Amino acid sequence: MDEIVTGITQAFNLIVTLNPEVLHIAALSVYISLAATILAACISIPLGGLIHFREFHGKQTLKVIIQTLYSVPTVVVGLLLYLLLSRSGPLGFFGLLFTPEGMILGQMVLIIPITTGLVISALSGVDRNISDTLVSLGATEFQSIVQIVKEARLAILSAVILAFGRAISEVGVAMMIGGNIAGQTRVLTTAIALQTGMGDFGFSIALGIILLAIALVIVVAMNLITSGLSAEYQQVMGGPRS
Amino acid sequence: MIRISGLLRKAGEQKILEDINLEIRRGEIFTLIGPSGSGKTTLLRLIDLLDRPTSGQILFDGQDTTGAEKERLSIRRRMGMVFQKPAVLNTTVAENVAFGLKFRGADPAQIAQRVTSTLELVGLSGFEQRRAVTLSGGEMQRVAIARAMVTDPEVLLLDEPTANLDPVSSEIIEDLLIRINNDLRTTIILATHDMIQGQRLAHRMGVIMNGRLAQVGTLHDIFYQPDGKEVARFVGIDTILKGVVQSNERGLATVALDNASFEVVTPCPPGKIVALYIRPEEVTISIPDGAKKTSARNQLVGTITKLVLLGPFIRVTIDCGTPITALITTRSCGELGLFVGMTVIASVKASAIHVRADPALRSIQ
Repeated sequence: MDEIVTGITQAFNLIVTLNPEVLHIAALSVYISLAATILAACISIPLGGLIHFREFHGKQTLKVIIQTLYSVPTVVVGLLLYLLLSRSGPLGFFGLLFTPEGMILGQMVLIIPITTGLVISALSGVDRNISDTLVSLGATEFQSIVQIVKEARLAILSAVILAFGRAISEVGVAMMIGGNIAGQTRVLTTAIALQTGMGDFGFSIALGIILLAIALVIVVAMNLITSGLSAEYQQVMGGPRS
Repeated sequence: MIRISGLLRKAGEQKILEDINLEIRRGEIFTLIGPSGSGKTTLLRLIDLLDRPTSGQILFDGQDTTGAEKERLSIRRRMGMVFQKPAVLNTTVAENVAFGLKFRGADPAQIAQRVTSTLELVGLSGFEQRRAVTLSGGEMQRVAIARAMVTDPEVLLLDEPTANLDPVSSEIIEDLLIRINNDLRTTIILATHDMIQGQRLAHRMGVIMNGRLAQVGTLHDIFYQPDGKEVARFVGIDTILKGVVQSNERGLATVALDNASFEVVTPCPPGKIVALYIRPEEVTISIPDGAKKTSARNQLVGTITKLVLLGPFIRVTIDCGTPITALITTRSCGELGLFVGMTVIASVKASAIHVRADPALRSIQ
């Protein structure tokens, strides 16, 4: 019990005094996960669009595989990338193992299925009549895809935020690809794992609080977006006019 | 303007449309009428080049449309289409109306000016900055028409534009279509299951039944000289009787039925098996008191078997040995004091009966 109380006191001290090590770890976490999320979105939105708009053999199977990969264990992705990126591995010459860039790559691999899958659902959620309407108005295929993606913007944005949540909270890839090197690849989750192991509970609790705070920001953002969605839905149903 | 020949469209093995041959003339309002599921929407989608036919050809202004997607796009851009359920994009009315011009690369000043004038055309001036999803069904449908008209198309296609609207909104849309056709000379092709709407708007109509064009013609052709039983039933002719021509004196023939006989106007010679189509509004009802003289050649005494209220009208079914349906106003029904089981006289002018030598009937008899 004592440990918890002193831990929490110490944690608040670290946060209130803006401890440089804590700040650095938090900033690196946000940087890596944000970069991974943005890059994953840049790949997933066109990829999801391609899968949604094109008819091809095995489309349904592909969707099932993507959905299965939502819950791929982070350590499996870590293992796979470790084998690929290690010095003797096929991609070893990039020298990405134990670098923030390697971690970004790892988190991208982890969340691309989620963003792609949710982009596909978001696009499927757009009224089918919309695409007919756009084509009949003389849109080229590209013009109509751009409009439909815009129409699904809120659902796509919430998919991206969800993916960021998964990226920043995972520990397997960060540990195995990053290596938890102090000042270089140590992020919130790996630091918590390490400090807890070393009995430094105050530090762990401080990082845990920061992680929760980030999660809170994500949840608030999600709620704002979904309430925006439902407000628009209400308007469709004849609710209050803007 | 548009010439369709030998059109076939299959979904899997099922034929949705078959053997469609049709010409749409420049500047006309052409309505496609037919029951739900008869293939009207499929045909409109093929004309707008949204789908490709399984076989057959559509010529637009003499130009073949079976080519590459790029050519089809440039032809499609000369048309506008309004769907049954207006799908508006989640943005302002002005943006919704502007899409067609944006897709064609018009400059912003031109877009703004066209959007304003087109919204004025459909009676939605001042709605520019409203969110499209907040509009009522009728307003949304007018936005959809504005969106299709903003590019000044040569052909405007509409699929059941008033099917989900109240009567007042429907009338606004119908007036708008007549104005567009009159003032802008836009060719209009309209699909509807509502015969009366077809009648109000169309210069010519085509009746689609089970994926085939059963008849194409003027309103008079279709309503008074329907080409076959199915069309007749669809355009509201309840009484279809079969009989044999007994005699024919210079076009005034006597046709014998099982339990009655009719005088009709037809060139059919004696011995011919014919079908008699009698529109219910051509049948008048009177009470047998012997006093009234009438010029109607056919007077049949019968018993009322059924009275059905249809708004301001009543459909009366009379058993005169053979059932005959009459459509009379609710008011005259009241004045005559009609009731089920009452004996009345049904009168039809010889010239009001459409006679058709029906080859299909020969095998029945």
